[in-house]
Amino acid sequence: MTITYRDAVHAAHREALLKDPRVFLMGEDVGMYGGSYAVSKGLLAEFGPDRIRDTPLSESTFVGAGIGAALGGMRPIVEVMTVNFSLLALDQIVNNAATLRHMSGGQLHVPLVIRMATGAGRQLAAQHAHSLEGWYAHIPGLRIVAPATLEDARGMLWTALEDPDPVLIFEHQTLYNFEGTLPDDAGPVDIDRAVVRREGSLVTLITYGGTLHKTLQAADALATEGVSAEVIDLRTLRPLDMATVLASIRRTHRAVVVDEGWRSGSLAAEVMARIVEQAFYDLDAPPARVCTAEVPIPYPKHLEEAALPQPASIVAAVRGLVGAHV
Amino acid sequence: MTDPSRDRTWRFLHEMIRIRRFEEKCAELYSAGHIRGFLHLSIGEEAVSVGVMHALAADDAIVATYREHGHALARGIPMDTLMAEMYGKQTGCSRGRGGSMHVFDAAKRFYGGNAIVGGGLPIAVGLALAATLQRQPGIVACFFGDGAVAEGEFHESLNLAALWRLPVLFVCENNLYAMGTRVDRAQSQTDLAAKARSYRIDAAAVDGMDVLAVADAAAHAVASVRSDGTPRFLELRTYRFRAHSMFDPDLYRDKSEIDAWKQRDPISTLSRTLVERDVATAALVTAVEASVADEIDQAVQFADESDWEPAADLLKDVYTR
Repeated sequence: MTITYRDAVHAAHREALLKDPRVFLMGEDVGMYGGSYAVSKGLLAEFGPDRIRDTPLSESTFVGAGIGAALGGMRPIVEVMTVNFSLLALDQIVNNAATLRHMSGGQLHVPLVIRMATGAGRQLAAQHAHSLEGWYAHIPGLRIVAPATLEDARGMLWTALEDPDPVLIFEHQTLYNFEGTLPDDAGPVDIDRAVVRREGSLVTLITYGGTLHKTLQAADALATEGVSAEVIDLRTLRPLDMATVLASIRRTHRAVVVDEGWRSGSLAAEVMARIVEQAFYDLDAPPARVCTAEVPIPYPKHLEEAALPQPASIVAAVRGLVGAHV
Repeated sequence: MTDPSRDRTWRFLHEMIRIRRFEEKCAELYSAGHIRGFLHLSIGEEAVSVGVMHALAADDAIVATYREHGHALARGIPMDTLMAEMYGKQTGCSRGRGGSMHVFDAAKRFYGGNAIVGGGLPIAVGLALAATLQRQPGIVACFFGDGAVAEGEFHESLNLAALWRLPVLFVCENNLYAMGTRVDRAQSQTDLAAKARSYRIDAAAVDGMDVLAVADAAAHAVASVRSDGTPRFLELRTYRFRAHSMFDPDLYRDKSEIDAWKQRDPISTLSRTLVERDVATAALVTAVEASVADEIDQAVQFADESDWEPAADLLKDVYTR
C-alpha cells in the first residue's frame, strides 16, 4: 500500500501512544488543528487532551516543560513547528536538556524527544526554511537524527523515546508528501548508524534528510554518464557514524558532502574535517561540498532553487572530482 | 520543650544559623582559593529557604537558582556533600561537576541549581505536569528572584501552570536587585504579586525577613496547592547583605540601605525574640553555634580529604549509552 512520510510519522506516534502510557505529545496546534503538517490528525480524538496537548505559543516553556516532565518520569514528545521557532527554546535545549545528566554527575537524565520541521523548498522565505540541525549537532548531550525515508520516519520515533537522553528529530518539510510503500510489519529502527542507500564504486556522496533524494537523483544522472556513485544517508547527525562513511571512501577514494545547511561552520564542514583527518591517504582527490548558498532563504521560487543544493549542482561537483576518469 | 511550635521555632533558628555560618565559611574558603568560579551568597535571605522548605514533604520537588546553598541545606542535602561540591570534589552532591551554582540531589528531589535566570520555571511546570499525569501526590516548589520576573519564561510558565492547573508553588525571592539593577529600574509594575494575579494565580507578598511569617505563608500556600492542584505565588521580600557574587564591588547600593536591612536580620531578630520570651537563653544559642561550627569543620575536612574525579572520567555521563 502506498503511504506518505506524513502517514509514517503519524503511525509512529500512534504506536508509541498505544505502547507506553508515559508517552504524550505536546506542541502548538498538535491537537484540534491536527498538527501544522497534519502529522497528529485524529490523535486528539483517539487519545484525549491529557496526552495530546495543545500549547500556547510559548516555545521555551513547553520545551522546558517537556524536560521537566521527562525528569518526572514521563516520555514526552514535543513538536516544535519549525526549526526557526526552536530558537525561542534554545535556552532549554542547550542549557538544560543537554547538560543535566553530566552536570548532575549522572543523577538525572532527560528522556525527551523533540520533533521539528526543517529545511527549504516550499517558498516559505527566511524565517521558516532554514536548516539549523547542524547547530544542534554541535551540542554534546543531544542526539540528532534526520529521517529521510519512510522506514526511518516510521521507525526512529520509538527508538528515540526509548533512549534515556534527549533526541531531536528533524523532518525535512518537503518530505511530508513523499510517497512510497512500507511493509505491514514496519517498526522501530536503530538511530546509530549511517546506511548506504545506493552502491557505487567511483565516488561517495554523503548526505542526510531532504537532500538524500536530490543526491539519489544526481547519482542516477551520473550513472548515465558512466560514473558510479555511492550514496550514504547519515541518518544520525550526532553522534556521527564515521565508520560507514570511511569504509565507503576507502573503496571509492573520493567524497562529496551534500548538506542543506550553510557551508561555513556546517555539519558538512565537520564531516569533511573527519574525512581529511581519518582517510587523507585514501583520497585520490580533495573532498568537495555542495551546500546552501550563504544567504537567508529568499521567497521567489527561482531564487530559492538557486540557493539550495540541486541534483545539477551535485552532478557538477562530482564531475569536478572524477573528470579524469570519464 | 514540649510545645511543638516552640520546637519549630528552634529548628528554624538552628537551620538559619547553619546556612549563615556555612556561607561565611564558603566566603573564607573562596578567599583561600579552595572554592572557585562564581559564588553567590544568600546571607540575609535565610528565612526564605528555611521557611518555605519546612512546608514541603519528601515527595515534593524543588527547583532552585544559582543562589541555592540555603535551599540545599534546608532540604536536607548533607553539608559534607554540599561542601565537597563547592570544592568540585567527586564526593560532591553533583559529583563535583556543578559547583556552587549547580547543586543536585535526585534522592531529595532537588533539581538544581539553575544558573540561567528564569530557566528553572519551565522545568518546574514540567515536573508538575508529570506528577499530575501520573496522579502522584507531590507538588513542585520553584524558587527564583525578582530578576526572573523580567524574563519571558516567567510569564510563559505562570500562564501555562494556571492554564493547565498544575501544582506549582512559585516562590519569588524579591531581594530588590537583579545583580546590580534595582527592581524599579527593571519593572514597570513593581508589585510582583500583581503580575501573578494577572494570570489568575492566588498570590501573596510576605515579609521575607521573618521566618515565622514565611513559614506560615508557605504552609498555607502549599496546603492550597495540594488541595486543588493549582498553582500559587509567594513574593518574599528579602535582602542580601553581601554583594551579588564574590566579584561584585557592590557600587549600586547605599551602605545606609544595607545597614537598615541588617537591622531586620532574620537570625538575630529571631534569636532576640526567643531570649526575650524566655524560650531560649544566650547559652542555648551559643550551644547551637558550637554544634554548627563542629558540623562545618567536619564538612570542610570531608571536602579537603575527598578525591578529585579522575580526568579519565571526563566524558562519563554526557550520554547514558
